[in-house]
Amino acid sequence: MLNQIRRTPNLLALIIVSAALAVLPLTTQNNYILTIFILVGQFTIITVGLSLLMGYAGQISLGQATFYGIGAYTMAILSARFELSPWLSLLAGVILAAAVAYLVGLLIFRLHGHYLAMATLGMNVILFLILTQEVEWTGGPSGFRGVPDLSLGSFTFSSDLHYYYLMWFFTLIVIALSLNIVNSRVGRAMRALHTSEVAAEAVGIDTNAFKLKVFALSAAYGGLAGGLHATYLGFMSPGSFTINVSIELVVMAVVGGLASVWGAMFGAGAVLAIEQYLRTAIKSLIPNASGEHEIIAFGLILMLIMIFMPQGLFAGLVTAVRQRRTVFRKP
Amino acid sequence: MGAKPLLEARGLLKSFGGVVAVNHVDLDIHRGEILALIGPNGAGKTTMFNLISGTHRVDRGEIFFAGEDITYLRPSEVAAQGIVRTFQNLQIFGNMTVLENVMVGCHLHGKAGFFASALRLPGTAVEETRIRQRGMEFLEKVGLADQADQPAVSLPFGQQRMVELARSLAVNPKLLLLDEPAAGLTRVEAEELDRLICQVRDDGVTIFLVEHDMNLVMGIADRVMVVQYGTKIAEGTPAEVQANTAVIQAYLGADWHQEPKSRQPAEVENA
Repeated sequence: MLNQIRRTPNLLALIIVSAALAVLPLTTQNNYILTIFILVGQFTIITVGLSLLMGYAGQISLGQATFYGIGAYTMAILSARFELSPWLSLLAGVILAAAVAYLVGLLIFRLHGHYLAMATLGMNVILFLILTQEVEWTGGPSGFRGVPDLSLGSFTFSSDLHYYYLMWFFTLIVIALSLNIVNSRVGRAMRALHTSEVAAEAVGIDTNAFKLKVFALSAAYGGLAGGLHATYLGFMSPGSFTINVSIELVVMAVVGGLASVWGAMFGAGAVLAIEQYLRTAIKSLIPNASGEHEIIAFGLILMLIMIFMPQGLFAGLVTAVRQRRTVFRKP
Repeated sequence: MGAKPLLEARGLLKSFGGVVAVNHVDLDIHRGEILALIGPNGAGKTTMFNLISGTHRVDRGEIFFAGEDITYLRPSEVAAQGIVRTFQNLQIFGNMTVLENVMVGCHLHGKAGFFASALRLPGTAVEETRIRQRGMEFLEKVGLADQADQPAVSLPFGQQRMVELARSLAVNPKLLLLDEPAAGLTRVEAEELDRLICQVRDDGVTIFLVEHDMNLVMGIADRVMVVQYGTKIAEGTPAEVQANTAVIQAYLGADWHQEPKSRQPAEVENA
């Protein structure tokens, strides 16, 4: 089954998904739907990185929001304070996030398993402290305002619709690049070091270098999502880059199915959809419900998904569809 | 064999806590030979492998391979030098197909990195096809070509061993380290393995193998080295080693020479 999923023509899937996303805004006048989809795109970018890091290379990060934050604040500070071109600022955020990951990785990839998870968590705590304490640069707990919009020539990305297309343009590029990586020499090396580092080393794979590179790549994705987040909203606060967000990102990756690039998109979409749905559904079920009720319901749904689809939504759905097909085919 | 050894280790020492696993061992492996390392469980055989392959760091001593000092290289660097090892407790990439496992073995025969792979730069597809073909060649060599697309974990144990061997050969080693390759194999599978090992040697690969069952290596080894408690107690042709009283007492047991009478070489009595 694993093999069949891998052979699914990804190019075809990419074209179908792109086409569907392109026509989606034409079918709805609802701005709310667009904003949700922008969020899905944005979180898909980060989750794809996590999927490469955790699902393929087998390295845990509970601090991925760090890079998301680095991208966002680099974008904001460079473009708003230093009036650097927003595009260059976005690029700088991506590069800085990757560079930070590389340097941090040099230190923490001596660690394995739980220790690695703790170290990445610590990294996230440090970023949060910097964001809240360095008020002069970051605006502190009250946030950073006035991040300029991106523009192309005389065209400025200003509406939700513009950012919808921009976000998904980048999201699909990230998905395409990642699919290529996964189905390559590099992807094999990543999966190899996931299963057995000693065996990977024994055939000449420099596992440490690969871990560092995957970590830097996942951070670059995080930085990209952060930069886009900053310019889209024009405003942000440290609360968007906490450990909780990092954990939510891991949840998205796990729900979608860890070792799957498409799964990352499903995971991000499913988690955001469930959250949004619960926000209204719980209110109508229990009139005086609080945020805690949503969290409980969310937790229950996650448990159900993990019990019935332990490989994640994507692999789970593919299997379900395939079973249904074979049932129908029988005379 | 008068030429300089392919691998030369001098005064290897490795201890774990208070236990000296390898105690001042010298080792020469000559080009084109099959050298067997035998000894009881816990004698330090696998530790020797770990030292040579860079998995463990040498406490003292030095290792030269083809004239290069490899004492402190990391495992992947040792592999790049042409020393490839297999593992006593089989290390198969369970999340891959049989062919992909062997393609991982071709890692050093490709160049595509993150950038080239992500963008599918020209050349990556050609390289990928070449690696796939190379992988198939080695699967054919071990007789598993028809299982290429099966998940590696679905194969019976003996065939998984062959996958590991094919993967190691795909690296194109000058020296192949086999850690108890026959462990867990049926008699038929073990014989097939012996045939393969000899064939690999005839193809120009030097072989250093660990085995705790002495009978298994007598047929194929050119030379045998015996270790006990981390110390080398004998070295020589199979016949010489079998005749060595220290070996018989320490390792084979006093009654060993009486048991398989038919297979017992006459030299033992002569010695």
